[in-house]
Amino acid sequence: MIYADNAATTKMSREAVAAMLPYFEEYYGNPSSLYAFGQKAKEDLEDARKRIASCLGADPREILFTSGGSEADNQAIMSAAHSGAAKGKKHIISTAMEHHAVLHTLDKLKKQGFEVTLLDVHENGIVTAEEVRNAIREDTCLVTVMYANNEIGTIQPVGEIGAVCRERGVLFHTDAVQAAGHLPIDVKAQNIDMLSLSAHKFHGPKGIGVLYARRGVLLETLISGGAQERGKRAGTENLAAVMGMAKALEIACSNMERNAERMTAMRDRLIEGLDRIPYGELNGDRVHRLPGNVNFCFEGIEGESLLLLLDDKGICASSGSACTSGSLDPSHVLLAIGRPHEVAHGSLRLSIGEDVTEEEIDYMIAAVTDVVTYLRNMSPFWRDLVNGKRRHVFSE
Amino acid sequence: MALYSEKVMDHFRHPRNVGVIEDADGVGEVGNPVCGDIMKIYLKIDGDIVTDVKFETFGCGSAIASSSMATEMIKGKPVSEVLTLTNKAVTEALDGLPAHKLHCSVLAEEAIKKAVKDYYDRNGIPYDPAQFPEEEEEGGACRFR
Repeated sequence: MIYADNAATTKMSREAVAAMLPYFEEYYGNPSSLYAFGQKAKEDLEDARKRIASCLGADPREILFTSGGSEADNQAIMSAAHSGAAKGKKHIISTAMEHHAVLHTLDKLKKQGFEVTLLDVHENGIVTAEEVRNAIREDTCLVTVMYANNEIGTIQPVGEIGAVCRERGVLFHTDAVQAAGHLPIDVKAQNIDMLSLSAHKFHGPKGIGVLYARRGVLLETLISGGAQERGKRAGTENLAAVMGMAKALEIACSNMERNAERMTAMRDRLIEGLDRIPYGELNGDRVHRLPGNVNFCFEGIEGESLLLLLDDKGICASSGSACTSGSLDPSHVLLAIGRPHEVAHGSLRLSIGEDVTEEEIDYMIAAVTDVVTYLRNMSPFWRDLVNGKRRHVFSE
Repeated sequence: MALYSEKVMDHFRHPRNVGVIEDADGVGEVGNPVCGDIMKIYLKIDGDIVTDVKFETFGCGSAIASSSMATEMIKGKPVSEVLTLTNKAVTEALDGLPAHKLHCSVLAEEAIKKAVKDYYDRNGIPYDPAQFPEEEEEGGACRFR
């Protein structure tokens, strides 16, 4: 099997698993307990916090453990919005291609009377700092722009956006779920006020993540209860998962450059191979792109049948078609970069891992080419395109 | 994959009656590319019997499986019986479809009925329009899901 869905989740590394195991059977104490056994758990928790902070260029006190990226996004946005509202600022800036954890939270805020400006991301999926600057108003309380997109892999100019926000005194949050462990993060240098990440995207465990919040940024609690996480996130800490996350992030950060270089070469080989399929096009920017992300649209076919047939060939992939998203519309990200519905239905995302081989890349190119050709041959939509009854969107 | 029954996967992986009948006696097409599925049915009819049927489908796994199953169900049948085919019968023959995929079987039923209507129209055979689905508008709202 070739697992090419690392943007969905990743395999845990052995080291991360090993880092977790002692905390199930050996050091299972509650970090809130007073006796030495509990305090040992507390010390290890704080040590992990310190190590995670150092990977991000943050202070340990700025690291809040959450259940994952979605919770961190919710808490960051809700906090910034409500503290903004207290000062009469109820305007938020974001983009049309954020993760639903962001977009649905913004929808909730709209119902509470907030005004949300979603910036256009253009055909390459990138928003510029200048566009953010132009959208900032007197009553803007938050700019939230993702670091890298989960579907099409585009990397936003986060540092430049951060600088603009700092200059204008507006809080800047970035959903870095796809970026953490894969792209360099320095919250101070990049002027990031809040950042969300999730461990299972960089070979850590599921169900654990981080909300980084710069000192001085007011956080409200989503989960009320005990005084854990400086009173900002109640509930007994998921210590084993935190230990696994810390280990996975350290490994990812120390190997980042080498991994990125190798994966970028593999990614480009895959893109080059799939580019040879006629009437298909890469989604997202070719250069400002996550090292492991490949995303294409192919005319005349539908994504779910493509995925099922690739599954039969041992390839795990994903698509933004309506059938796979379980909704009426195809991926909001593909629509945001201007892909028409009929083309967005034929999308394919392959997100490769660090250990992918050239042979696997070549196998994937051959398999996708075969399956696309097979499905086109039974597609009346494709027939109409070939016969000129419908117009092609892409060139050959 | 547990998403679909074995039957659906069998018809998806090995679709029966895929193709085109160049000199078809009736052709029916439903769906639209914006919504992500199109089905096209070609019928060869000889003395009121469907002697051959082919389909082309643009769509998800269940759309392909529904077309395949539906064509199998009408092959060799008199036209009057073909018109009694329901999406429910197609779904049952496939051992069920997930709720959000039921529309695929509706498309199969409608494509076949449209092909029969085309056959009637071409041959001046009178019929009750009420027994056929209404014409869709291209670019109209997607009806399903």
